[in-house]
Amino acid sequence: MIPQTRRNFIKTAGSLTIGFSLGGIPLFPGVFSCSGEIPDTTRSSSSVNAWLEILPNGNLRVFTGKIEIGQGIRTAIAQVAAEELNMDMEKIEVVLADTDRTPNESYTSGSRSIESSAMSVRHAAAYARQKLLDLAAKRLNTSTDDLWIKNGKVGHKNDKKTVSFNDILGGHQIEDEVNLEVQLKPRADRKVIGKPVPRQDIYDMAAAAPVFVHNLRFPDMVHARVVRPPAYQANLKEADETALLQQFPKLLKVVRNGSFLGVISKDEYTSIRAQEFLKENTTWTVSEKLPDIKDGGLPEYLKSLPAKDETVVDKGNISKANADTSWIKASYFKPYIMHGAIGPSCAVGLYEADQLYIWTHSQGVYPLRETLSGMLNMPMENIHVKGVPGSGCYGHNGADDVTADVALLARAYPGKHVRLQWSRHDEHAWEPYGSAMILEPKARLSNSGKITHWEYDLWSDTHSTRPGGNPGRLLPAWYLDKPMTDNSDGYFGGASRNAEPYYRIPNQQVHTHFFHGPLRISALRGLGAYANIFAIESFMDELAEQAGKDPYDFRLMHLDDPRAKEVVEKLHKLTSTTSHPEGTGLGIAFSRYKNNAAYCAIAARVAVKDDNDIQLQKMWAVIDAGETINPDGLKNQTEGGMIQSASWTLKEEVTFNTQHITSRDWNSYPIFRFDEVPEVEVIIIDRPEAPPLGAGEAAQGPAAAAVANAVYHTCGKRVRRLPVNKYIKM
Amino acid sequence: MSTITLQIVVNGKTHTVEADPATPLLYVLRDHLQLNGPRFGCGLAQCGSCTVLMDGNAIRSCSIPVQAVTETEITTLEGIAQDAESLHPVQQAFVEEQAAQCGYCLNGAIMAAVALLRRNPDPNDEEIRNDLHGILCRCGAQARMIRAIKKVKG
Repeated sequence: MIPQTRRNFIKTAGSLTIGFSLGGIPLFPGVFSCSGEIPDTTRSSSSVNAWLEILPNGNLRVFTGKIEIGQGIRTAIAQVAAEELNMDMEKIEVVLADTDRTPNESYTSGSRSIESSAMSVRHAAAYARQKLLDLAAKRLNTSTDDLWIKNGKVGHKNDKKTVSFNDILGGHQIEDEVNLEVQLKPRADRKVIGKPVPRQDIYDMAAAAPVFVHNLRFPDMVHARVVRPPAYQANLKEADETALLQQFPKLLKVVRNGSFLGVISKDEYTSIRAQEFLKENTTWTVSEKLPDIKDGGLPEYLKSLPAKDETVVDKGNISKANADTSWIKASYFKPYIMHGAIGPSCAVGLYEADQLYIWTHSQGVYPLRETLSGMLNMPMENIHVKGVPGSGCYGHNGADDVTADVALLARAYPGKHVRLQWSRHDEHAWEPYGSAMILEPKARLSNSGKITHWEYDLWSDTHSTRPGGNPGRLLPAWYLDKPMTDNSDGYFGGASRNAEPYYRIPNQQVHTHFFHGPLRISALRGLGAYANIFAIESFMDELAEQAGKDPYDFRLMHLDDPRAKEVVEKLHKLTSTTSHPEGTGLGIAFSRYKNNAAYCAIAARVAVKDDNDIQLQKMWAVIDAGETINPDGLKNQTEGGMIQSASWTLKEEVTFNTQHITSRDWNSYPIFRFDEVPEVEVIIIDRPEAPPLGAGEAAQGPAAAAVANAVYHTCGKRVRRLPVNKYIKM
Repeated sequence: MSTITLQIVVNGKTHTVEADPATPLLYVLRDHLQLNGPRFGCGLAQCGSCTVLMDGNAIRSCSIPVQAVTETEITTLEGIAQDAESLHPVQQAFVEEQAAQCGYCLNGAIMAAVALLRRNPDPNDEEIRNDLHGILCRCGAQARMIRAIKKVKG
């Protein structure tokens, strides 16, 4: 199946295609800038620049370079287009990330899809409205002020005459670019933005429609599996292919390239059995072991590693006060944690006539194409990467790696669609984790209980090793005959996300210490913000107690931004007007994500039983994400963010021995189950006059600290080390 | 590995399949019968993504060989509604509550809820939570799913 290009669709009838001038001035922050995680190196190579297309039947097709990963972006993007063109949602098709069809928006990451992609589509749709009204006014010999536009038609306000978009376009294919004068629909006229429009894809999933990349089926498709090494650094010495083929005579292909080993079969279960057989019937040499760390010794080990030191914030005067002994200090630790997608990573590839076609749930189809081009030594224009929704990933998981696996296998077995889904062990043991971090704040208080001095040291590994054009970041490339490795630093900057408190503190320093740790790591929801906010907001709770202040009052004393104050005050009202059962305790926390995105204040209520068993009963969030496009989508993201973060905080820690990862399934890496999930309640402060702000990661940090503080206020045990459930008992 | 001819009843229809009798039911449903509801999540009966009903009871199709179900009636997500145009009340409630994010676990949650409501038409909060213990959701949509299931009993 050869993917159709956009231009093939519009051969016969009129159409209006709207793009942006790539050299133009950005209309709003973020559209043409980097993803917020790693520099956008691939964007300028894009020749596909259409964001929106009016179809001959009056329907609308919208192109986004972002992928749907459960955040509801498809619906939000359709909503903004529907609003600006007065169209019913059913008349809008959203095309997701595809190197043959959509703009290059680099990665779907950093809670930026609304801020960048949806706002681009909104401006393109507003521009299309103006353009269509202009064309219609000429045709009807009237002024645009006398016209209305709705559902693919333009009409005159004073008579019943209407013209369809198709009439207006008159068979012409018009391509145009948004200019700076585009007017968005005034706030008072908005009917779709700000409404809880249900997601069509939830209906489709509930009705068992084939939504996921995992559900793709092609005629004569074959199934592959890859045999992973026993350790990160290992070489394949011998694989008993003769015994394998004796046992599985119907195997179509055994692919070996250096230490990369894969099998292909018509039948999926045969490939799985062959993979299991090879695990037992191969010999490997392990060239480098992981460090031997005794239980509980990870923070000390990581602190002992060579580190690159930098001071990232320096305000007022800290050094003068340093000799003083009246500092309050604490040290917090967050372990390695995993993305843990419920559906292991999956991809389909077809190599045919020098062209490679890829279906993937990668968060960045364009950067992946560039990276595959490097790994395969193939021209980029011969690689076509199509984004298809996958299981929720929450960052850089195995999606790119499984695609690289499939690319290698498909090229070795041309002419057939090759599908590969990782096993649970593959996913748990080989995905890149979120880095462990050590966080050490210290502060001084004035006599009136205000923070006068603040110094913060953090130790962390990098927070993104997304492929970004570097083949050494694709897992299978490490094991090829000519191995490709990555010695670059990745995105260390993610470690200091939210390392600077959002509070007024006159004298402040933040120091970062970057190490290269033993495990494979990359971007996980919120990057360093989760651990930094856990530490800062736990420490704020400790300081409030030292200052003899209520935790709400203490935060409000140090906040200047009225929107920050409002979320905290609203949460205070919510928790103080709720009655809480005897023997429970509340904890609260606040942050503004990235210090420039959504504001979020969270409270948690826990009960702690005699044997230190923690029952997380309820969590409340108040969130201000500027203009809300879809309030139910924002609620869903915030509820889910709190629950996921509470699971990380209470239960999760990736473990390893000297050979490899020992967190290899849901028993050795437990996450929240239904009986552990708290009740959740989310209040939105909508600000239709303000720009929309990224919100998908806003709850992660404050949820962690709220849970930790609630534990303290219930049983008097201060949480300084995660996961809580493990270390509270030690 | 050798294949044999087996007959299985899925969603009210009898299907003849050629498969190794040890093949987990999941792969037969997905690859032979082209069904989308049950999904591979762990292959270890730990996550519930592959849940189907066997004679009305929720089972993990990843961990039961196809030969063990030939005398039973299997129902998948595709087969719980009355007809192709309508949704089962549990499906309907999940859509109304928008009880999903990525939706990969949705099959397991809906199928486990259908089995629960069949045994216990009026489960309380605790019974729902305990019964869905075997279904993992990573997006944190459980609170919405519990609301959806309560709605059906109401």
